[in-house]
Amino acid sequence: MCLSIPSKVVKIDKEKATAVVDTMGVQREVGIDFVEDEVKVGDYVLIHIGFAMNIISEEDALASIETYKEILALMDEEERRQAILDGDNCAG
Amino acid sequence: MKKLELKNLYDDFRDPATIKALSALIHEEAAKLDRDIRIMEVCGGHTHTIMKYGLKQLMPPNIRFIHGPGCPVCIMPKERIDHAYILAMQEDVILVTLGDMIKVPGSKGSLQDARSRGADVRFVYSPLDTIKIAQENPDKRIVFFAIGFETTTPMSAAMIARAEKLGLDNLLVHVNHVTVPEVMRELIDSRDEHIDSYNNRIDAFIGPSHVSVIAGAKIYKEFPEKYGRPVVVSGFEPVDVMEGVLMLVRQFTQDRCELEIQYRRSVTMEGNVAAQKQIERYFEKRPLFKWRGLGNIPDSALKLRDEYASIDAEAIYRDILPIEEIEDHKLCICGDILRGMAEPTECQVFGTACTPQKPLGSCMVSSEGACAAYYKYGDLLK
Ligand code: SF4
Repeated sequence: MCLSIPSKVVKIDKEKATAVVDTMGVQREVGIDFVEDEVKVGDYVLIHIGFAMNIISEEDALASIETYKEILALMDEEERRQAILDGDNCAG
Repeated sequence: MKKLELKNLYDDFRDPATIKALSALIHEEAAKLDRDIRIMEVCGGHTHTIMKYGLKQLMPPNIRFIHGPGCPVCIMPKERIDHAYILAMQEDVILVTLGDMIKVPGSKGSLQDARSRGADVRFVYSPLDTIKIAQENPDKRIVFFAIGFETTTPMSAAMIARAEKLGLDNLLVHVNHVTVPEVMRELIDSRDEHIDSYNNRIDAFIGPSHVSVIAGAKIYKEFPEKYGRPVVVSGFEPVDVMEGVLMLVRQFTQDRCELEIQYRRSVTMEGNVAAQKQIERYFEKRPLFKWRGLGNIPDSALKLRDEYASIDAEAIYRDILPIEEIEDHKLCICGDILRGMAEPTECQVFGTACTPQKPLGSCMVSSEGACAAYYKYGDLLK
């Protein structure tokens, strides 16, 4: 299902229009085509099927991550990774 | 009971005490009304949340949910799944699509079945992965079967833009993107045969959140303004949905009819303009699109603009892709469920001939469909 776990931007490649983001410890490369002009390292973004959709405030991001932490704590490493990756993979 | 301040809701989006406190507020507010309020949560993600957290049971008797059509794989008619299947079976084609599509059955089987019959079908997390597949397989035609609402459309567009930039000429797209406001309008406008008048069952809407991050809340303006139906755009967490309901009920008790945003941490009126531009560049309205369970709805989907006919799999493979409509199953009442006239459990074959493993109708196809959500979390209802 659609989750909205905020991801932190750790590296930006302007040339390729991609960024490396960290979603609760899981890192991956995403497209920044829609936030290219504003996004900075350290920003929090919401990812949907491999792209950053928007930038959200740090305050909201941290509050949201806190909630997901509790849920994900109950899972093992592999389950956690899967849940994080699946979370933004719904077509809705 | 926990003392509640709405601005502190971010504390915990799933906190049971917060959910209960919101439920109490909704009860208090709804008691002022001398009528029933039927709220459609348009998005399948919301349906899932409502069923999973038992929010339905936390509502007063006069506040009811109608489960909407916002599950992009559920509403995909069989003939389009057949397109994907047929394309996948072509010798030189690699069919790429999102994971949600794996099990959805067409009349020839699902894409998983196609794969077990030798087709090269790849399920990806992101359209970006398709670019890689196209680069690695220059002698193949890569067909991206694009699905989803306004939320995923810009990502398909960005994929096309990237392929253009890289000069990739082996990446085609089969477009099945659908749009939310048109189906909402259809549900309100549609004739209700049971009472022989226009549908008056939907009193208010909970607007999809991810769709609105991209398209902006503005796309729902017409519903309060023209149709007298308030809309609150809500997030997916249970607390978000409960707060969304409370905001809607308050509109009724205060005699307001407005478009409001509950999910302020991500949604603005305008949405993501860069993403909207990207959609505009590659896609245009399709005059008619058939929704499984609901039939043909004008302007409710997108197609590639004519300039991009050279990458349009639907045009290129026109000769082998059938256009005959395939009827929905006779016993399936998904249409009625989506119009708020029936509940999943009223269907004769619910949970017997129709299950998530062997879905007969659209609402059972993915866990975000109403019937599948009732099937999975149904114990809570008893
Ligand atoms: S249970 Fe199956 S057949 Fe019945 S309405 Fe739901 S999806 Fe349709």
